[in-house]
Amino acid sequence: MSERQVAVLGVGMHPWGKWGRNFVEYGVAAARAALADAGIAWRDVQFVAGGETIRNGYPGFIAGASIAQALGWSGAQVTSCYGACAAGSQAVSVARAHILAGNCDVALVVGADTTPKGFFAPQAGERGDDPDWLRFRLLGATNPVYFALYARRRMELYGATDRDFAKVKVKNARHGLENPYARYRKLVTEEEVLASPMVSDPLRLLEICATSDGGAALVLTSMAYARRRTTDPVAISAVATVTPRYPNTVIEMPNFATDSAAAAPPPPVAFRDSIAAAAYAQAGIGPEDVDVAEVYDLSSALELDWYENIGLCPPGDAEKLLNDGVTTLGGRVPVNPSGGLSCFGEAIPAQAIAQVCELVWQLRGQAAGRQVEGAKIGVTVNQGLFGHGSSVVVQR
Amino acid sequence: MKNKVSAMASWFDARPERPRLIGSRCRSCRSYFFPRESFACRNPACGAADLEEVPLSASGTLWSYTDNRYQPPAPYVSPEPFAPYAIAAVELADEKMVVLGQVANGVATADLQVGMRMELVVETLYSDDANEYLVWKWAPAAGSRS
Repeated sequence: MSERQVAVLGVGMHPWGKWGRNFVEYGVAAARAALADAGIAWRDVQFVAGGETIRNGYPGFIAGASIAQALGWSGAQVTSCYGACAAGSQAVSVARAHILAGNCDVALVVGADTTPKGFFAPQAGERGDDPDWLRFRLLGATNPVYFALYARRRMELYGATDRDFAKVKVKNARHGLENPYARYRKLVTEEEVLASPMVSDPLRLLEICATSDGGAALVLTSMAYARRRTTDPVAISAVATVTPRYPNTVIEMPNFATDSAAAAPPPPVAFRDSIAAAAYAQAGIGPEDVDVAEVYDLSSALELDWYENIGLCPPGDAEKLLNDGVTTLGGRVPVNPSGGLSCFGEAIPAQAIAQVCELVWQLRGQAAGRQVEGAKIGVTVNQGLFGHGSSVVVQR
Repeated sequence: MKNKVSAMASWFDARPERPRLIGSRCRSCRSYFFPRESFACRNPACGAADLEEVPLSASGTLWSYTDNRYQPPAPYVSPEPFAPYAIAAVELADEKMVVLGQVANGVATADLQVGMRMELVVETLYSDDANEYLVWKWAPAAGSRS
């Protein structure tokens, strides 16, 4: 399988926060950190893949070029990718493909965002044919509304409780406490979570991910290039960017309805279950091989869904996994050792890249204060609205 | 007296005595779509271009629900002052699909239970100086209020 792998020679991030500066600044800081980590000069980068941001005008749509220009035009090839929350892994996927195709040896993947205060809102204007605009106009269906529908469904199907959801937040707050890139670094108790204001029943303020500024970057190279510089590089062995299969029977942002299963039976593997599964198949591993996972905890409850979706346990067992400490640092398969979105908030085009940064630090044994001992294989998973799956397998 | 007009005329029949969501159905494979698909069936095993407009079932079972305790951002137009309201995901049996809608005024999440029977109603979404804009909502069906 080694010819299917690319090396992650460098990783870097700009701390998450609410800084209000130009997203390009965060992207440049992350890129410079990743290049320094790799020991590679910017002018040696042959290909730049940027994750787009849609809330920063034209420079955001062509983020790869915006950041390349700020680093100093070098003649590198460039692309910019969008896949909503999965934008970062789309950029990873394109960079990897260029390396595996022999088009370049050294690629920079970078994503950064500057976010507005409060709920994410759709693009401005009167756009009666855009479901992302209409869901706000006709329903007031914010992102937390969808997260809450999943959470209530989980309570109904599996008997999950408010307290189970609160425990996810408590765990992630503890995990992220010493992460220098996390925005929220403060222990919370179950009682504090349960006392925070209800936003969308059953989810409370401390259980819903914030919107953040931040930037993350990776330096990817061919394995041959990496071996000339280091003996034991961390490698990406899979990138899955799958879409749903028809009919997708779980309501998905920003839709008003699911697909209809009246004529075609639901697929044997539901969308969210298919994302990491596709990455495992590419990497030739199974969920039992995973030592550490970074999953998209847009809400505390959603993290529990992901345990099942990435195969850490059968449906309905996630609460037990959590309560037995399996997914806590020190457990069998720690989930979100970085602190997750719970401690970061979401900087959309940077987030899937940040998940990979964390796994690389974990596999190198450099995750001070949150280290998963002896981790060899890690998986990321995330989902972007309009049907974007994202999963990356990292191994050493 | 303000005019009552639909906030999204092509999506539902706003006559209060006969509220129905308007979807489409593929004449070839019988798949349903909401909102309507205008140019092609999205079933990849079909892909036919021949779709007909059909009213969807006016009742179903509650798949999940939540509420907005805080005012959503624009383009949502909120009554002043904002009052929390519930949102429902309702599964339609014949169409085998789940459709979202606001929940009727005066029904809170505490009144809802997954699996309960819900029916379509039409209520005011927002008003301006000239018009009252109507939208479909879900309400617990008669006899299923908990």
